[in-house]
Parts: sequence; C-alpha cells; structure tokens
Amino acid sequence: MATMTYLQAISDAMREEMRADERVLVMGEDIGVFGGAFKVTDGFIDEFGPDRVMDTPLAESGIIGTAIGAAVVGMRPIAEMQFADFISCGFDQLVNVAGKMYYRQGLPVNITVRLPSGGGFSGGPFHSQNPEAWFMHSPGLKVVAPSTATDAKGLLISAVRDHNPVIYLEHKHLYRRVKEEVEPGTYATPFTARIAREGTDLTVIAYGAMVHTALEATEDIDGASVEVVDLRSLVPLDEEAILASVRKTSKVLILDEANQTCAAGAQVAAVIADKAFEDLDGPVRRVATPDVPIPFSPPLEQALLPSVDRVKEAARELLEY
Amino acid sequence: MATKTAGADPAGVVTEHLTLEDRVALLRYMLLMRGIEERAMNLYRQGKVPGSFYDGFGQEAVSVGSTFAMSAQDRLCILHRDLGGHLVRGVTPARILAQYMGRADGITNGRDGNVHFGDHRLGCVGMVSMLPDMMLVATGMAMAFKLRHEKRCAITWFGDGSTSRGDFHEAMNWAGVQRLPVIFVLENNQYAYSTPTTSQFAVDPVERAATYGFPGETVDGNDVEAMFEATRRARERALAGDGPTLLEAVTMRMHGHAAHDDMKYVPKEQVEEWRKKDPIDRQETRLREAGVDTLAIREEIAAAIEEGTREALANPMPDPATATDRLFHDGDEILLGDGNAPWSGFAGGAR
Repeated sequence: MATMTYLQAISDAMREEMRADERVLVMGEDIGVFGGAFKVTDGFIDEFGPDRVMDTPLAESGIIGTAIGAAVVGMRPIAEMQFADFISCGFDQLVNVAGKMYYRQGLPVNITVRLPSGGGFSGGPFHSQNPEAWFMHSPGLKVVAPSTATDAKGLLISAVRDHNPVIYLEHKHLYRRVKEEVEPGTYATPFTARIAREGTDLTVIAYGAMVHTALEATEDIDGASVEVVDLRSLVPLDEEAILASVRKTSKVLILDEANQTCAAGAQVAAVIADKAFEDLDGPVRRVATPDVPIPFSPPLEQALLPSVDRVKEAARELLEY
Repeated sequence: MATKTAGADPAGVVTEHLTLEDRVALLRYMLLMRGIEERAMNLYRQGKVPGSFYDGFGQEAVSVGSTFAMSAQDRLCILHRDLGGHLVRGVTPARILAQYMGRADGITNGRDGNVHFGDHRLGCVGMVSMLPDMMLVATGMAMAFKLRHEKRCAITWFGDGSTSRGDFHEAMNWAGVQRLPVIFVLENNQYAYSTPTTSQFAVDPVERAATYGFPGETVDGNDVEAMFEATRRARERALAGDGPTLLEAVTMRMHGHAAHDDMKYVPKEQVEEWRKKDPIDRQETRLREAGVDTLAIREEIAAAIEEGTREALANPMPDPATATDRLFHDGDEILLGDGNAPWSGFAGGAR
C-alpha cells in the first residue's frame, strides 16, 4: 500500500488501466508534454507516447465528439476537460450524441469524461462550477463523484470499464488535500453509495468535497451520533442506501456545493419525500450554494459555498427539532 | 487547393473503375432509394408515418455513389437525405419502412424516427438532428484507425447549412492537424431549410478545405459515377496516409425540407432546371445506351418495395412497456460491424 493524494490516485487509475488495456487512451488540452493543467497526466507521455496521451486542439466539442467516434470502433477514451466549466462547449456531443446512442440504436459509447470541478480557490465564474446536475437530467449518462483517494481510483477504473458514457467529477479542492493508503494495481469500485461515518441521530448526505465538510461539521455536535452518507454515484443514484440511512435516523440534511435549484440534492430530497415520508421525524433540510454564478473575490465566494459553520448550524437545528 | 470536376458527358464513361455490373448496381440503389421514399411519403399521407417525413428526392447519386466506394471495414455516419448509403451497406426495405412507421423491428425499434438511424452491425452510425455533429464522430473513428495503423477510412455527409456551425470547423481542423483518413461529403443542395446558400456563406465552403490543409473538390452531385470516382480517389488518399478530403457534391433538394414544406421560397425555374439533371434519368440513359434493359430493373425494384411494404405493415408497434428499456448497456462489448461493399473493386477480399 502506498500513500496517495486524491490526484495521485486519479493518475494511478489511468496509468494502471493504460498498462493493462491498450484500448485506453487519454485526450485533452495540454495533457501531453505539459502533463495537464493540474499535472494529473504528468509523465504519461513518456510512458505511453503521444498517440495515447493526446494533446488536442482547444475544442471541447471536438474532444467529446472524436472520443465518441473512437469508442464506437473499439477504443476506450478518457477525455479530460481542463476545467469542468468547459463542458458547456462539449454539451451537445455528450448529451445528444453519446447519451442517446445506445437507447436509439443499440450502440453503446464507452467514454469517460473527467471534469475537474468545484470552487473555493478564487477560480471565478468559469473555473469553479459543479455542473453534475445538467447531466443527471440527461438520460443515458452515468455521473460519479469520488470524495476519497481510494474511491477516486476505483470509480475511475469502473468508469473506464463501463460500456456507457460516464461523467467523472474530480473535485479540485481535494486534489492535494486528501490522501490515504491506496491499494496498488487495479480494482473497481461499484457505482453505489458508502457510509462515510455511522450514526443514529441524523443523516447527512453529500458527495465529493462536501463529504469532508459534512464530516468536519458533525464531528462533535454535543455528542450527537451523525451518519454521513457519501453518494459516490449520482447516476445511478443508490436509493436503497439513502432510504436505509433515513429509516435509521429519521432526520436528513442534504449538502450540495452546486447551485441549489435542481441540484443532485434536490433529487435526493424528492426520493426521500416520496419513499420515506413515514420514517421522517423532521423536515428534509438542504444546504447548497445560492443560485448565482461563483464570484471571484474570496469574501464573496466564501459567503456562498456551504461552509462547515453553515452545515453545523443546520445539523444542530435538525437535531433539536 | 479546391478543384472543379466538370460534369461528365451523360452518355460517356466517367471512370474505368466501374464495370457494367457496378453501373447497374448504382442505378438499382438509386431506384430503390427513390421508390422507398415515395412509398414512405404515401404511408405518411395515409397517417401511417408519425411525425414528419424527410426525403432525398433528386439527391440519390450523392449517397449511393460515395458509399459504393467504401469497403466493408470502412465506417459511415449517414445523413437524412442519404438513404442510399444504408441500402448499399445492406439495410433492407422492410426494416427501413418499419423504421419510418415507428414499428418494433425498425432499425431503432421505434426509439427514433425517419432517417435518424444507423445499423451498427453494418458499420453505420445514425445521425442526430444537431448538424454536423457526426463530422466529429467520423473524425474520431479515423483517429482510432490511424492510431491502430489500420487501412480503413471513415466517411460522413452533411449539408450546406452545416458549414455554419462550429463543429464543422472543429472537425475540419482536427482532421487536418492529425491528417486523418476521413472523407467529408458536403451535400450542397442549395437550401438549409428555406435559407439559400447566398445567406449562409460568403465563400464556397469547398474553398475552406485548403485553409485546413487538405484538398477540397467540387463534384457533380447528380452524377452517381462521378460521386463514386471522387470518393474512390479520396479514399485512396486517406489510405495512403495523405489525410482527409472535402468533397462538395453540388445538387438540389427537389422537395421541401420535410413533408409539410411547400417550398414556396424556391423559384419554380430553379426546380425545373434541376429536374433536367435528375440523377436517375441520367444513369438510366447511360445504361440504356449500353444495352441494359432498365425497365426490367424498375419492375424488379418495384416488386422488392411491395414486398418490403407488406412485411413492414405486418410488423407490430413496439410494446409500451419497453419504453424505458435499453438505456445503459451491461454485458459483452458491442462495436460497429462490417457492412456490404458491393463494388467489384472489393471482390476477392481487396480493400
């Protein structure tokens, strides 16, 4: 076992899959000689060569569209968006071509699209977004978002092996802040939720960076026993795991770093309202980012992103309800 | 770098690469395309084709001629006025008519309509309505072929309207930079829905090819043999590692954009002028002069369409309970398969 950061675990997943399967290639902007804007593919070009570590033109629609073409003739492309925000320029290829292909004509599209997402570092309105809900609303795309190094590796390997298009959200804030012992070689992590901490008084549901916010905020609220559910996968959504936790605690707080309206958490809240009404002992509460673009200046940005304090306050209110 | 191919003498020999049998096959596929689409329009008027109906009347030579130059291992992204491409690859009239009518055994099993289909088992990917998205998909296929050092080629078709969108640029640029084995067939049928080319571009898009670093060639899109020959040469270039080619097939959309469109925005004289250049008439004249009994071929095609119609009408509508099925694939890998490649040049396994 080696200690790896979240970022190193992502690199390791791709490196191991590329070693094991020559159909796997990575493509994106500045990922070759430069090693990627965040250095996720640092050194890859030396090991795998420029054909399999492909520096592309600055054309997101082109990256997704050509990845689709390569996939249907037998490659397994991993496409990197330099920042998740730029997926808007490749939206059409992803949603209309990749997402609908198998349903329409029985031809699966085995692509993985990596989206470095999330804010908290003055990235401003075009380098901070969490666009996962756009794709949850687009049939035919799977959406996953790891919070730990172990899951970053296992979910990415599963995404590459999955026959369907998978949107893989890697949170930039976690890249070098989160680290742990990670299994060597390859292993696949299922697209299901995991319990990040067991508890009996309150359930906090989160994914990506918000899992860490949830853990920190609820570590000690006057000794309350707080369960934290890490969704890991948004499509498919692990309804069983969500409902099992709600049945156990009867109180739920749902976190999103994304803008509030129609976020992943809104869907989770709807599932609970529909299927666990009788199990609830309080309102389903949400903490999310208000519906505005992510501003640049630190005090403005920090005023919007769900903070440990905001989560703690919401959790306390629910515990006292 | 753009070159112009003069329209061939209607009775003359366009290329030495076609046998008489090949030339008859080209007529056959064009007749089949027109016949199926005429039948589908009747079925539409009878209320048996839901939605609207789009055809390629007058443009048959473009898809038939170019697809005829493609090998079984080549891969295709086919546009909505290019039914002939599907026919050359081996899709049967019954499945096509079932597709139009939204039946269970249509190529998309009722999930998509009209010519929005591709039989992946025959190496074809179905188009989406956002044009020209498939230019990038074809470019990606070619990228994989080059990466794996395979002697194969990808081809895609798109209209004059498509040249205004960004994906046209992204695909042309990408294919040029990487010198990919891909053929872009720009089907210039003079109108994007009701918008004439004069409102779409200041420079003929075939001229743009040079700016991306590869040749553009204007072809008589109503001459099936010229389309075949231009595509054959583009494919040779691609397989030789010389990169992409843009072929501008100049033709005319002889019907409205779809069944509901009376085309009042097109001057009548323009339509009449183009009617004289009908691609089927031209090929039929050539073959008659070569001693071929084209009437017998017409009868044979009509019978095949009758049979296909009967079969399609007998096919049930899809089961509503299946509407949410087949969203994600789990199981064995499914890839594009090889299609028919009827050109005599491929006989004996030649590529």
